[in-house]
Amino acid sequence: MASVHGALLDLKRLDQLAAGDTAVHRLDPRAKVLATLVFIVCVVSFGRYQVSALIPFFIFPACLIAAGRLPAGYLAAKVALVAPFAVAVGICNPFFDRSVLVHLGPLGITGGWLSFASIVVRTALTVAAALTLTALTGFASICRALVRLGMPKAFAMQLLFLYRYLFVLAEEGGRASRARELRSFGRKGLGLASYGSLLGHLLLRTWQRAERMHMAMLARGYTGTFPAAQGGRFGAREFAFVLFWSALCIILRLYNGAELLGTLVTGYLP
Amino acid sequence: MHMADALLSPTVGAAMWAVSAGGVALGSARLRRERDDRLAPLMGVLGGFLFAAQMINFSIPGTGSSGHLTGGILLAILLGPSAAFLTVASVLMIQAFFFADGGLLALGCNIFNLGMIPALLVYPLCYRRLVGPAPGRRREAAVTMFSALIAMQLGALCVVLETAVSGISALPLDKFLLLMQPIHLAIGLVEGAVTLAVVSFLRKARPELLTRGNRPSAVSGRVVLASVLVGAVLVAGGLSRFASEKPDGLEWSVAKVAGQASLSEHRAGVGGFLAALQKKTARFPEYQAVPAAVPGSASASASSAPQAGAVAGKGSAVAGIVGTVVSVLLVAGSAFLLRRSNRGAVAPEA
Repeated sequence: MASVHGALLDLKRLDQLAAGDTAVHRLDPRAKVLATLVFIVCVVSFGRYQVSALIPFFIFPACLIAAGRLPAGYLAAKVALVAPFAVAVGICNPFFDRSVLVHLGPLGITGGWLSFASIVVRTALTVAAALTLTALTGFASICRALVRLGMPKAFAMQLLFLYRYLFVLAEEGGRASRARELRSFGRKGLGLASYGSLLGHLLLRTWQRAERMHMAMLARGYTGTFPAAQGGRFGAREFAFVLFWSALCIILRLYNGAELLGTLVTGYLP
Repeated sequence: MHMADALLSPTVGAAMWAVSAGGVALGSARLRRERDDRLAPLMGVLGGFLFAAQMINFSIPGTGSSGHLTGGILLAILLGPSAAFLTVASVLMIQAFFFADGGLLALGCNIFNLGMIPALLVYPLCYRRLVGPAPGRRREAAVTMFSALIAMQLGALCVVLETAVSGISALPLDKFLLLMQPIHLAIGLVEGAVTLAVVSFLRKARPELLTRGNRPSAVSGRVVLASVLVGAVLVAGGLSRFASEKPDGLEWSVAKVAGQASLSEHRAGVGGFLAALQKKTARFPEYQAVPAAVPGSASASASSAPQAGAVAGKGSAVAGIVGTVVSVLLVAGSAFLLRRSNRGAVAPEA
């Protein structure tokens, strides 16, 4: 979240990706939301020292990215952008947890490093799954799916309103921020006084826009709800999709896939 | 202060989801009852404002760092508690879905820490009580500052507690607290100063905007207390399942602070259920020959019998690494094949 303009570009890019038309794009959004939730719960339910068993879980985002023809490099870069946070939080573990758990020849790996690696892998998995879900579904569809899964309508309205006007306001905020940067020679503004009035002005313009918008909406017959788009159908394909990925996640949760593969391979080696 | 999925256990994540979902349901019901249809576009647009404002930094003089607005208290002053809560929650949701700023499972925690605490707890119970019906400017300024500070401290405290109960991070509770609270004291001071600056600007420019939050239809203490109670019961339920695994709660917490993770803490909640299921269903001969294959048992064997743990660990480590490499290759291969077979499909316009 470096700058307003960068964030806007990201929003637009993900939004455009969601407009794709592959088999996974066409699935009912509820199926994708449910499968992603099962995936995330399975991933985070591992013990803190588990690393190898997490690796096979990459199959879920990888398959969806491939099947949805999403740009893997772009999504990987977005995941990498979040990685510093995971590193910052996890880097304390090697210092506090020094008991050696795994011996690899002469090299002893402490529990701290294992759990650190586990945190980084978990972050990559969960972030990749969330971004893939957004890029495959689009925010409005996710909202609709959540409403049909039980989210209150008023909150869904708020989300849709926010998403609709986010672009306009972020552009306005970005312009104000850039103007201030130019006037302060690239530094981040002139302190609290200018920051307060900058935000205040942004807020005033925002408020006036909301009032104009409300009148325009009333003039067009706004009754308090958005007209709902046609609802998708939770058919056999959706059912199969959820069933397949949930089963796979639960199996991978119960059996350490990487280690089974490893013993299989090392078993054949002399 | 956004929490990530990677540090959370499913029990904590689900409990906080339940609390936040309850808050969202309450807030939505309350808004529907108010029937102020001007509020809907206003909330949407203010959410956009908050989103933009959170990304405009300002430099804090003398420190070289920069800060920005978080906005819970400011929105509560402008909109009233339930509308402010829903607005903050919606912004958090956009951030989770588009920027991976806080994960999907952690969304419940984040909505609670950054939305529920300032808007539904601190604003009605601290700000409204202290500021009184017709406050002077000094008093209002002091109360605004104080509320922002309290909200930030409580939020940071909850982050620490949620992380500690999850037990993924090895950071001891006391050290984590000593790290988080002072940092968020500074952040809270900045937050209070910014909120104050914006509020005093609005008071000069359009004072009538500041009357909306002061309407008597604020969330009643009863509702807030009820939701906190529900949260406490849920969290306590999660906690007691942790504690009951050990004979002594104190022993558990001591072991925790000392950074020596015991096996039992991974055995609680969904993780524990799955691990137990795993033990029952593990019938592969290779699997049983390698004790470290059961997640968490690596630590148990190492702590109870270091010798055996080391010997067993060696075999499983090799298998684990080979398996990791093989599964990476498999994942990459299947993704590659899927992409090739999918080449004929219509590409999304990127």
